[in-house]
Amino acid sequence: MSFPRRWIRPRRRPGAAVALALGVALAGSACVPGTDGSGAGPGGAGGATAVPDPAKAGKVTLTVWDQEVRGGQNATIERLNKEFQEKYPNVAIKRVARSFSDLKTTLKLALSGNNPPDVVQANQGYADMVAFVKAGLLTPLDNYAGIYGWNTRYPNTLLNLNRVSANGTHFGTGRLYGMSQTGEYVGMYYNKDVLKKAGLKPPRTWGEFTRSLPVLKKEGQLPVQLGNLDKYPAIHTFGVLQDQAGGAENTRDTVLGRGGGFDNAPTREAAGTLADWAERGYLPKGANGTGYDDAAKQFAGGDGAFLMTGTWQLADLKKSMGDKLGFMPPPPSAAGGPLKTTGGQGLAWSLTSRSKHPDVAAAYLDFLTGSHASEVMTKEGVLPAVPGKAADEVPAGSADSQMIKGWEQLNADDGLVPYLDYTTPTFYDTLSADLQGLIEGSMPPDRLASRMESEYQAFRRKQSGDKADQ
Amino acid sequence: MVRAYAARYRRRSPGEPRAVGVLYVLPALLLYTLFLLIPLGQTVWLSLLHWDGLSAASWAGLDNYRDLFTDPSLRAPFGHAVALLFFYAALPVAIGLLLTAALSRFRVRGMTFFRTVLFLPQVLAMVVVGVAWRSILAPDGLLNDLLRGVGLGSFARSWLGDYTWALPAVGVIGTWVGTGLCLVLFLAGVQRIPRELYEAARMDGAGAVREFFTVTLPGLRGEVAVALTLTIVAGLRNFDLIYITTSGGPGNATSVPAFEVYRRAFEINSVGSAAAMGVGLTVLIFVLTVAVSRLVEGRKS
Repeated sequence: MSFPRRWIRPRRRPGAAVALALGVALAGSACVPGTDGSGAGPGGAGGATAVPDPAKAGKVTLTVWDQEVRGGQNATIERLNKEFQEKYPNVAIKRVARSFSDLKTTLKLALSGNNPPDVVQANQGYADMVAFVKAGLLTPLDNYAGIYGWNTRYPNTLLNLNRVSANGTHFGTGRLYGMSQTGEYVGMYYNKDVLKKAGLKPPRTWGEFTRSLPVLKKEGQLPVQLGNLDKYPAIHTFGVLQDQAGGAENTRDTVLGRGGGFDNAPTREAAGTLADWAERGYLPKGANGTGYDDAAKQFAGGDGAFLMTGTWQLADLKKSMGDKLGFMPPPPSAAGGPLKTTGGQGLAWSLTSRSKHPDVAAAYLDFLTGSHASEVMTKEGVLPAVPGKAADEVPAGSADSQMIKGWEQLNADDGLVPYLDYTTPTFYDTLSADLQGLIEGSMPPDRLASRMESEYQAFRRKQSGDKADQ
Repeated sequence: MVRAYAARYRRRSPGEPRAVGVLYVLPALLLYTLFLLIPLGQTVWLSLLHWDGLSAASWAGLDNYRDLFTDPSLRAPFGHAVALLFFYAALPVAIGLLLTAALSRFRVRGMTFFRTVLFLPQVLAMVVVGVAWRSILAPDGLLNDLLRGVGLGSFARSWLGDYTWALPAVGVIGTWVGTGLCLVLFLAGVQRIPRELYEAARMDGAGAVREFFTVTLPGLRGEVAVALTLTIVAGLRNFDLIYITTSGGPGNATSVPAFEVYRRAFEINSVGSAAAMGVGLTVLIFVLTVAVSRLVEGRKS
């Protein structure tokens, strides 16, 4: 999506001329808004070649914008910020914490303003991180990654999700533009009591899980809880089904713009399965009308044997369910086999290109993602992207430890598939709307797959057209 | 200079408009320009560009406006908004008139209390209204419980998740919000209508219906116009309610222009298209309110 830098004169149309005159007269400064990326900071990383020492940077104020406003995550950041400032008394951290959607709507203006923050949390994908990179607002971190050894600290699958191509058209490849602190993946929460009542054990394979659904239904239990009023939850369920149907690898490549698209058997099978679940009543009736949080509450109250959602729900569910709660990554097709599921990492911590203290900011990123930070996160019930030794301190057998073990195995198996909504800038809208139709029964499964494909292809055409422009 | 002004001032007859009047409106005009006219101009300007909000924009001419007419995904929200006007404007005014006609005929004890209660939705923040109704309309919410309780369980459904019913369900919330405002306006207006007119109508043997159409309705013409203008504007700029209750879903069954503007500007980085939609919405509101003041209020330019 690159725009020609020159301002193309419009052909003379009376309407356009009048509107233009009005716009010019009223807008005052009538220049084309936006930057062309020429304001980007020094390419590599400020030329640093050795580990920078923030203590020698003099008095520094680091402005940080993040969206970690929820319980454990907020406590983690507060504690780490305090420790960083104690370690380097010359550095003061000015933290601006906003909720995710507030950050999303204000970050663009803040970044392109005259005094951008030094460190920001950028959402992965075309709408945010890629757009920022294209406008030259973020600093590539590859140099720092080399100095601090981030490349070996993190698995490649995770690092790739924070990469953007140098020309700002592709996502998942190219230069590194951020470091994520937390990991997340879509797993299956289960209610041990409900399973016991139906005479079932937690499934060890995907087949055991699907076979348990009719049994639960027959026993009068709701097999899978789902609330899809907020539109996104079904994307996660669908992603899991698609991966289980054998589409994991191709989906990952497709989301990152180099796969075979969505017009394939696993996608159609996943759509068919979801429609089938809705029809057979494995999903609650009227799932499209129940909120995400309400569904979680109902699950916690005993309505539903399974709930497929992200690890971010663990702390809340544990609070209300205690030991009744179990958690597992979607089970493998054969017991002990490799795991695969939708997942990724928290928002990336990125360095803005106009920051006056890139070295201090990089040291801060290193501190936030290091092994000590992992320990703090584990204590606060947050899943660190790289658990390391901290994981050993979690009591074995608890839902927390199942979550961390699952994460480590997923990384070892290279089984993480990025969120489907990264595929194109508008993919979230099309897919979430279509999935509501699928659950309602008005969207045939094959049509869902072909609509996903045409959305993907249209974007690919646009992307390659842009590349020809460069 | 001063003398010239004074000379002109003396020549004018009292009451005639004078240039100095402009000075009096200047402070307000400055604020109005700063916070309304300039942003409006900027919106118009942005609507003529392709812009993602960050990188350099390119000229789009009227492309964004052409899309408003040709792209079904952009046209649909306007259709939904117009359909919602039935619930947001027509129904509240009709119900308000009906209640006014009834209330003006009988003395109701505790009228102030009822008026306050009916007006309450206007005082509540729309977000609060949205959250409350979202739980009422949920699959196991109050409405469905009520239906099941009286043996109408077959009508119970997931109101906000149903492709057919989501739009009317959101509309009913608007009716609930708007009715109180209309009623309060009309009740105030009805007290202004001379009693003699009612007495004359009754002397001539008019029944309740005839009395309503010959006395009450013509007497409330101004109030109806005000109520329609307010409710139409409220209905068309409806964003918060949709955002809270359905996010435009299921599918895109309840997406409205104001919601679409937000989504395009902040979520998918199509600032130009969002601005064009905003301008389109402004024009639609302008046309409808002018039409109301001409047709209902009978005002001539």
